[in-house]
Amino acid sequence: MTDVSIDVRHVTRVEGHGNIAINVQDGEITRLELAIVESPRFFESFLRGRMYHEVPHITCRICGICSVGHTTTSVKAVEAALGITPSEQTVLLRKLILYGEELQSHFLHLYFLAVPDFLGVGSVIPLARTNPDVVKRALRMKKLANDICGAVGGRHIHPIAIHVGGVTHLPRDEELTGLKRRLEDCRTDLAETVGLFATLKPPDLRRDTEYMALKDAGGEYAFYDGDIVSTRDPTPTPVARYRERVIESVVRHSAAKHCRSPQSETYAVGALARFNNNHEQLHPKAKEAAKALGLQPPCDNPFHNNTAQLVESVHCVDASIELIDELLRRGLRLEPLVKPQRYGEIGAGAAEVPRGVLFHEFGIDRQGRVESANLIIPTGQNLANIEADMRAMVPKLIDSELSKGEIKLQLEMLVRAYDPCISCATHLLDIEWQGEGT
Amino acid sequence: MKPRIAIFSLTGCEGCSLAILELEDQLLDLLGAVEIVNFREGMTEKAWDIDIGFVDGAVSTPEDEREAKRFREACKTLVAIGSCACLGGINTLKNHQARDDYRRYVYGERAEWFPTQPARPLSSVVKVDYELPGCPMIKEEFLQFVKDVLAGRPFKLPDTAVCVECKKRGNVCLYEQGICCLGPVTRAGCNAICPSFGSKCEGCRGIVDREALLVAGVNLREQYDIPLEQVLADFRLFGAYQEGDLP
Ligand code: SF4
Ligand code: SF4
Ligand code: SF4
Repeated sequence: MTDVSIDVRHVTRVEGHGNIAINVQDGEITRLELAIVESPRFFESFLRGRMYHEVPHITCRICGICSVGHTTTSVKAVEAALGITPSEQTVLLRKLILYGEELQSHFLHLYFLAVPDFLGVGSVIPLARTNPDVVKRALRMKKLANDICGAVGGRHIHPIAIHVGGVTHLPRDEELTGLKRRLEDCRTDLAETVGLFATLKPPDLRRDTEYMALKDAGGEYAFYDGDIVSTRDPTPTPVARYRERVIESVVRHSAAKHCRSPQSETYAVGALARFNNNHEQLHPKAKEAAKALGLQPPCDNPFHNNTAQLVESVHCVDASIELIDELLRRGLRLEPLVKPQRYGEIGAGAAEVPRGVLFHEFGIDRQGRVESANLIIPTGQNLANIEADMRAMVPKLIDSELSKGEIKLQLEMLVRAYDPCISCATHLLDIEWQGEGT
Repeated sequence: MKPRIAIFSLTGCEGCSLAILELEDQLLDLLGAVEIVNFREGMTEKAWDIDIGFVDGAVSTPEDEREAKRFREACKTLVAIGSCACLGGINTLKNHQARDDYRRYVYGERAEWFPTQPARPLSSVVKVDYELPGCPMIKEEFLQFVKDVLAGRPFKLPDTAVCVECKKRGNVCLYEQGICCLGPVTRAGCNAICPSFGSKCEGCRGIVDREALLVAGVNLREQYDIPLEQVLADFRLFGAYQEGDLP
């Protein structure tokens, strides 16, 4: 193997700024870094001193793509600190908007960020000319997901109506029935998407990996609620004790912190992690889709995170239809926000957002102001694991007959498979080749 | 020739760039009318001779500052999109804390590894031709902007306050519930989306003008006993009011 030096500055088609730097000397990897060069954001610092009810409005601004996820996780953490139990109706609405966001983010990722790689184009834009039906389908599905978020939260990016203690707006029955009809129609689009993805060949990479996710004791496929489990330690740990399962550290080349678990130096979260831990709770239609796509648990090929996203999309469509039926059956009533029961405590919250489990923890002082904040973002949890995958991939890639352009593409595809959200974790990747041996 | 468009991001959540992709019904027409030549989040290809560059995010690191200058050089017209780029946005919350304090709180002993500076709007570093405020930017306003520019028409932001749109929508005013809403002094254009969903306006589109602020300040104090300082403090959330003397 020759000496190689790879330097990708700003990986594209990811959310945020990140670089890949790899040096190989005499066949040894001397440096391998997925550098997160996104500007540090300091949310944990500047939340301090703000009133508890502002927290979800501030944290949703961490990320445009998963702002519903941050809102949801924040309200759960603040409510845990304040001793608030939201009403059943509130929980149903929060689940619905969260499904809307999972769908929005998965569709965006599958069609706009991942598919161009498989079809050998640089972006979805040329597809608008060559495969207009595919692009129109993608847009139709994405719009439906947006509209779910809009009906519940006012808008998808930084929802308005989701508050600590409840919601300040209700979707109208006609809106819900309209969405339900479109969700039913979406099953055809999904079936065509499954057909498309069944023909794509993800690169073959297998690496024994710990997969971490929430697990819902009630038997739902966990998105909104659950305890922490993993493929190496399936004993459930309540979210309040998340620090026992997630250990953070600061590394120099990344403005996003790295994470490990008690079992492993690196672990993965996200759609594949959820699938590996919770496939039994998937909707039967989603299980069928998994079969059609050849996805079987346990799966340790990170490229199949995309496949798992599609399986989850099938699940979320049907789960949303069931939720809407439930909401319509109960009838919606505007309720006052549940007031804080206590001040001066710390509360943690978690939710499965599109890229994996997200943790927020806030200490609220006696005046109702934030005193401490800790946010653990899915992309941050995945970074060290992506590097570990690269370590496994690079020697094979370099020994292969692939051109440097193809090697670069495979590394970028790996990063994109994780669907990293670098604004969240703090931005993404642009690869340029430098130096000798290239 | 179609105008060559770029979408860039500095420090922010990229929600404003994403808002463009959320124009699902108009996206194909838009792609037919312009040529997108540089958009890291959406495409791999890149070009640096650009007619209109849209930038979201604030300037908050030395790198952001260099990038902002590079964008300015590359783009004939430079447009700041969103509260971050127009006002500094949510990022400016850190400006009210001591730098060593906020860095240390997140990165501990390793704080100096991550350079940072007070968050600022794009216009504080380079000349900006247009601003489309909002958190996120209002996608309909973006569309209107593109249409106006393509047609060679002047583009102007609304110069009325959010209350005007709120009243048109027939909402019950939140002041009736004792909630201090920034609608009277915030620039309209969002169709009063927050009050329409039961939340107060948080001023994400910035102060409509100083005069409105003064008048509203007096009214709020006289009618609702809300001092102007409180209103200005609330405007800090999106950086619309950083510092300086009260009017
Ligand atoms: S203005 Fe708001 S939506 Fe736009 S980048 Fe900034 S935080 Fe995100
Ligand atoms: S709710 Fe706010 S925006 Fe609406 S009228 Fe009242 S003050 Fe104005
Ligand atoms: S109502 Fe106020 S906070 Fe809400 S979008 Fe409009 S200007 Fe921004």
